[in-house]
Amino acid sequence: MFDKTLAELASGLENGDFSSVELTQAYLDRIHAEDSKYNSYITVTDEIALSQAKAADEARAAGTAGPFTGLPIAQKDIFCTDGVRTSCASKMLDNFIAPYNATVVDKFNTAGAVMLGKTNMDEFAMGSSNESSFYGPSRNPWNTDCVPGGSSGGSAAAVAARLAPAATGTDTGGSIRQPAALCGITGLKPTYGRVSRFGMIAFASSLDQGGPMARTAEDAALMLNVMAGFDPRDSTSMQQAVPDFTADLALPLKGLTIGLPKEYFPDDLSPAIALQVQNAVKEYEALGATVKEVSLPNTALAIPAYYIIAPAEASSNLSRFDGVRYGYRCDEPVNLEDLYKRSRGEGFGPEVQRRIMVGTYALSEGFYDAYYKKAQQIRRLIKQDFVNVLNEVDVIMGPTTPHPAFKLGEKSSDPIAMYMEDIFTIALNLAGLPGMSVPCGQTDGLPVGLQIIGNYFAEQKLLNVAHQFQLATDWHKQTPDGI
Amino acid sequence: MQWEAVIGLEIHAQLSTKSKIFSGASTAFGAEPNTQACAVDLALPGTLPVFNEEALRNAVKFGLAIDAEIGRTSVFDRKNYFYPDLPKGYQTSQLFHPIVGIGHVDITQDDGTTKRVGVTRAHLEEDAGKSLHDEFPGMTGIDLNRAGTPLLEIVSEPDIRSAKEAVAYARNIHSLVTSLGICDGNMAEGSFRCDCNVSIRPKGQEEFGTRTETKNINSFRFIERAIIGEIERQIDVIEDGGRIVQETRLYDANKNETRSMRSKEEANDYRYFPCPDLLPIVIDEEYIEAVRATLPELPDARKARFIEQHGLSSYDAMVLSADRNLAEYFETVATACTDAKLSANWVMGELSKLLNQNDTAITDSPVSADQLGGLLVRIKDDTISGKIAKQVFEVMWSDGGSADEIIDAKGLKQVTDTGAIEGIVDDVIANADKQVAQYQAAEPDKRGKMLGFFMGQVMKASGGKANPGAVTSILKQKLDALCD
Repeated sequence: MFDKTLAELASGLENGDFSSVELTQAYLDRIHAEDSKYNSYITVTDEIALSQAKAADEARAAGTAGPFTGLPIAQKDIFCTDGVRTSCASKMLDNFIAPYNATVVDKFNTAGAVMLGKTNMDEFAMGSSNESSFYGPSRNPWNTDCVPGGSSGGSAAAVAARLAPAATGTDTGGSIRQPAALCGITGLKPTYGRVSRFGMIAFASSLDQGGPMARTAEDAALMLNVMAGFDPRDSTSMQQAVPDFTADLALPLKGLTIGLPKEYFPDDLSPAIALQVQNAVKEYEALGATVKEVSLPNTALAIPAYYIIAPAEASSNLSRFDGVRYGYRCDEPVNLEDLYKRSRGEGFGPEVQRRIMVGTYALSEGFYDAYYKKAQQIRRLIKQDFVNVLNEVDVIMGPTTPHPAFKLGEKSSDPIAMYMEDIFTIALNLAGLPGMSVPCGQTDGLPVGLQIIGNYFAEQKLLNVAHQFQLATDWHKQTPDGI
Repeated sequence: MQWEAVIGLEIHAQLSTKSKIFSGASTAFGAEPNTQACAVDLALPGTLPVFNEEALRNAVKFGLAIDAEIGRTSVFDRKNYFYPDLPKGYQTSQLFHPIVGIGHVDITQDDGTTKRVGVTRAHLEEDAGKSLHDEFPGMTGIDLNRAGTPLLEIVSEPDIRSAKEAVAYARNIHSLVTSLGICDGNMAEGSFRCDCNVSIRPKGQEEFGTRTETKNINSFRFIERAIIGEIERQIDVIEDGGRIVQETRLYDANKNETRSMRSKEEANDYRYFPCPDLLPIVIDEEYIEAVRATLPELPDARKARFIEQHGLSSYDAMVLSADRNLAEYFETVATACTDAKLSANWVMGELSKLLNQNDTAITDSPVSADQLGGLLVRIKDDTISGKIAKQVFEVMWSDGGSADEIIDAKGLKQVTDTGAIEGIVDDVIANADKQVAQYQAAEPDKRGKMLGFFMGQVMKASGGKANPGAVTSILKQKLDALCD
C-alpha cells in the first residue's frame, strides 16, 4: 500500500480495495513507527485524519466522492490550519494556533483530502538543509546522516520514506525543488500567483509559492488540480484559468525543444550530477526532443540579488512577531524595548536573525538604492534572460542542485556555501516562472534531480514533459534502502 | 528682527468607508476594544491585505476636487517601525507613488483676498491602533479597532505664513472632504487631525529655517494656538542665541504649549520599500472621468451660487457653503420660508449659537431645517415677532414641536389688532409723564431715538406679542399729537 502513488490509491479507493480509514490508519501507524528516524513531522494529526477519512468514506458511499476524496497528504507546517498548531518550525510560533485555514488547506478539505499531519521545515522556510528547525533537523531517508534539503525537507523526507503519499511544500528560492531532488521525489514550484499565499506564513512575499511534492508527475498534477486558482484573499494570486493538469500528461514529446543553459553546467558542477543530467537529456532526445544550448547570462547575479530581496522582505514580514499579540514572549520584560529584543532574540533562531539583519541593513536609509533597488534591476534582467530563451525553446533543463544531499552539519557553519546550494533554483523565483525537479539518477546511493523550467503558467507542459520521462525511466520508483 | 513663519500642514482625513482599507472589518467608531479587528488587522501570520476600492474612489474624488494630478499607477509602500499598536510592524502607506499628486486650494484671507496654497500630494495609508495607558496601571492596553482604518494624508506645500492662514487652509480642506462625503470631519473622534510643520526665518530670507513638527492636533483652535505658540517659542530660542532642533513636538491643550516628543537623532529609519503583498493600483482616464461625474457641488462653487442665487453677502455665503451639511440645512430653511437672508441670519445666529453651546453637530441638531423654516414663515407673515420667534426656537430646541404648535400652546400669537395696541399705548403714555415731557422737549429729529422707552413698555405690557411695526407707528402718531 505504501508503494502506491496517489493515482493508484485513488483507484484503490474507487474500486473499494480499501477504505480511506484503513489507508489513513495504515499511514498513521507507519508514521508513529518510523518517523523517529526521519523527524519529518512536527505534528501528527491522528484524530483529524481519521475523522476526515471517515467523512471521505461516507462521501464515497453516498456517491459524492471527487477525485481527491479520501487521499491522505501531509501539510508543510507553514500552512495555517484552523485549530492545529502552525509553528513554521520556530520557537516563536511553538504555541501558535491559527483561527483560520490557509486557502490551500481549505481547498484540500473541500476536495475531501485527509491531513496526516504537519511536516518539518527550516525555520520560517529559511534554509536549504532543514537544520534550522526548532524541532530538530529532518533526515534524508536515503542516508540519515544526510540532510533532506530545505526548506520543505520534512515534506520531501515524508514522501521519500513513504510516510505520506504526497505533501505540500513552499518554494521561495528552491525550497520545493531542492529537497525533492535530494530525496528523489517529484516537486513542482508553480508560476508565482498560481497558488494562493493566504494563510501560508510569509517569508518573502514576492517569491513565495506553494506547490506539490509527490512521487510522480501525475501525482503532482492531481495535487495541483486541488491547490491552484485565483483567491480573492491574495491580491497577488492570478486571475488565470485553471486547467486539468492531468489532461496533457499523455502527449508525446516529439518536436519538443529543450534549452540547456551553459551557465547551468559550470566547471565546478559535481561530475556525477552533470553525467546524470546529460543522460536524462539523451533520454529526452530518444523521446523525440531536440536540444539546443542556450544562455542565461545573468545567472551568477541571482544569488546576490536574491539575498537582498528575500531578506529585505523577510525583515519586514517577520516584524509582526513582536511578543505583543501571540507567539513567544520573553519572561518578565522590564520595558517595551526589552520585550521586543528578548522575545525576538529568544524566539528566532540564528539563521532567521541573520536574514532579518541582512534585510534590515539592505533597506536602511542610504543603502536602499545600492542594494534593494539594484537587486530589483537585476531581477528584471534575470527575468528577461528567461523570456528570451523561452521564446526559442519549450523548456529549459539542467541540474536542480550542484551537489547531492550533504551531511548534517557539513555546511551549517558556512552560510555562503549553504546559499550556493540554491544557485540553479533561485533565479526562477526571481523571474516568477514555474519549475520542477524530477529524479533522474543517483550518485553514491543518493538521488539526483533534473530541473525542468517552463514559461509562465506552463505547468501543464512541465508535467507532461516530466510524466513522459517517468514513463520511460524508473528513477522515480527507486526506494531508499530499508523502506 | 522681523521674523516670518513658514508653515506646512499634513492633514490626516479618515475616509468614511464602511470597512477597513485592507480588511473586511468595520470602521465604526466607539465599539468595545478589539471587537472590530479581524485576523488581518491583528497581523496574524499568513494573512494578507486586500485593498478596499472605495478608499481609492474617495482619494480620487479629493484629487479631482483640488485640481490635482491623479497617479495613474500608485503603489503601496511599507513604512517599517516597531510599536505595540502597529500590529504588522509596518504601516502600509504610499511614499514613492502617491494616488494624488500636485494640486492646490484657494483660501480667503481676512482682508477678503484669496491666496493659493499648494498641495504637494495626498496618499492613502492605514491608521494604527491605540495604546491605552491610563486604564491599566503599570501596563499598556492595545485597542486595534482603529488599526487599518483608511486615511488620506494630505500634505501641503510650505506656502502658509501665519497661524490664521493655517486655520483657513485646514478649514478649507475640512470643508472639501466633508462636502465630498469622503470624511465625516469629526475632529473630536480623530477623523480629521493635523500635523503642523513650522519654521521661522528673517523676513526677506529665501532659505528655510529648521522646522519642527507638532503632531496630531484635533481642533482648529488648537491648530491656531499651537502654531502661534511654536512661532513664539522659536523666535525666543533664536533671539536668545540658541538654535532650533529638528524634532517632533506634541501640543498640550491644557497648558497651551508644545513640548518635545523625539528629536531627529532618535527618529526611526522607516526602511520604506514597495509592499510585495499588494499590486500597484493602475487606473485609466475612464475611471477618473466616472469618478468625476459623481462629484457633488464643491464649496467654492456653492459659495458663488449662494451669492448669485440667494443674494447673500460674500461672508455669509462663505460660512454657509463651507460645510456641506450646514449648506444643505440652510437651503432647506431658505426654500421653506422663501427668505434667504432671514434664513442665513437664523442659521448663522440662533442655530449656530445653540449648536456651539451644546457642542452639537449640524447633523444632530434637535431642530430640523423644516422646523426652523416653519418658524421663519411665521415671522414673515407677522404671526410672531423676531423676538418671540427666539422664544419659540428655544422651546423647539429643548422640547421639540412645530412653530405653530408652540405658538398656539404658549399663546404667543402676535397682536396686530390696532384697537388693542392703541389701548396699551394709551396706558403707557398715561403712566409716563416724565418721559412724555422729555419727548415733547426734544428736537423733532431726535424724538425717533426716544421711542425706544415707550416701545419697551408696550412690548412688556403685551407680553411681547404686539406687532412691533404697528406699535411703532401708533406710538409715533400718538406722541407726536401731544407735541403739537
